Amino acid sequence: MREIAFDTVVKTVRDMIIYSGTDLPQDTYDALAQAMEKEKSPVSKEVIRQLLENADIAKDEKRPLCQDTGLAVFFVRVGEEVRIDGGLLRDAINKGTEEGYQDAYLRASTCEPFSRANLKDTVGYNLPAIIHFDLVAGDKIDIEYAAKGGGSENVSRAKVFPPAAGKAGIVQYAKEVISDAGGNPCPPITVGIGIGGTFEKAVISSKHALFRDIGSRNADPEMDELEQEILLEINKLGIGAMGMGGTETALAVHIESNPCHIASLPVSVNVQCHSSRHTHITI
Amino acid sequence: MAKTYNLTTPLSSEDTRQLESGDTVYLSGVLFTARDAAHKKLVDLIEAGEPLPFDLEGSVIYFVGPTPPKPGDPIGSAGPTTSYRMDSYSPTMLKNGSKGMIGKGKRNQEVKDACAQYDSIYFGATGGAGALLGKLIKSAEIVAYPELGPEAVRRLEVENFPVTVINDTKGNDLYQMGREQYEVK
Repeated sequence: MREIAFDTVVKTVRDMIIYSGTDLPQDTYDALAQAMEKEKSPVSKEVIRQLLENADIAKDEKRPLCQDTGLAVFFVRVGEEVRIDGGLLRDAINKGTEEGYQDAYLRASTCEPFSRANLKDTVGYNLPAIIHFDLVAGDKIDIEYAAKGGGSENVSRAKVFPPAAGKAGIVQYAKEVISDAGGNPCPPITVGIGIGGTFEKAVISSKHALFRDIGSRNADPEMDELEQEILLEINKLGIGAMGMGGTETALAVHIESNPCHIASLPVSVNVQCHSSRHTHITI
Repeated sequence: MAKTYNLTTPLSSEDTRQLESGDTVYLSGVLFTARDAAHKKLVDLIEAGEPLPFDLEGSVIYFVGPTPPKPGDPIGSAGPTTSYRMDSYSPTMLKNGSKGMIGKGKRNQEVKDACAQYDSIYFGATGGAGALLGKLIKSAEIVAYPELGPEAVRRLEVENFPVTVINDTKGNDLYQMGREQYEVK
């Protein structure tokens, strides 16, 4: 059994959060630069230029990329041959999250659902983190992190279709969700689509799809083709950067597909804004 | 053809009537911040006939909840938040003298109508450009509701703050116009 110190996890998570707050990942930066080249609307082109300038300023001066520094979302794969020495893994991730958000002057955006009271003084600074655990073989812990903003989360949707809806139904649904969203989720967006599984499996898959590097291809050729088709359809909508009209509404569509019940075809569309702050570390 | 203007707050009807959807405006002077919670408090005061913590006449309201400032900085990152959450409050603000709003995302018909009726403009700032926009804010002081934290009302002094006219005083909407121009049917 391999042992990893509680404090090692805390420090790793803290560093991931601080880095993600100010440094746009290279895949997102490159995708925005390509979108600026391709964009036909001068207004949207200028918006994307501002986004790249913003990323440069944030990185150089260590200022948060966006005032919405998100809820902290993690996908953690824990090897069955590893244990945490000195505490619980969930507590270590939460502690690292709190320290990262506080030390880097990131905004605490977590609140109670009805009173809307900010939980920073009661539960902890931007706590609790949203953590999805999975158990895997081996003696490592694999941590994927993304800061998830509210504007793009607010337009996300899920639906369980009858199997007859098929691929055409999914294309139509994705187009409908993005069309209704317009400029609200801060385009150019990344679109995560979870297909199959049960209702909640589709939703979690759509979230995880957003953690994939923009520009990477789906290993499944059928899903790769579907991703390209949906991307093309979304970019025909004309929404453009920040909804001001244009050709580059989405940077990428990412699909995660699962086996599902013979009676159903669950589909979830989760949207990420242009500031796709995600990072990945294996301890 | 979209034009570029440099304007200083407070704005007058003369300032706002010349603007058209799609124009770029560099704003200097004072902006007041308010999000959902602050809007509710301000509109409650107006409806009760009580004085407001700042003068609405000609004011520009920025929908923003900034990150905490680093030591020595006036403010942290400060890009716009999604505006539709203020739709139920904005017509009252405009009726009582406010001449501009800065946010992101579409507004409802009541807000667009109020822009036309009261010579007010809905400006869009680039969402997610919080570091860039925060740097253009020269000073920030809380003028009301400190208990709201990031949602407190702040008085910001800005220089050449870049915004785009979304809804003008003639009922135009850049989100509709821009989309119609680039949509492939």
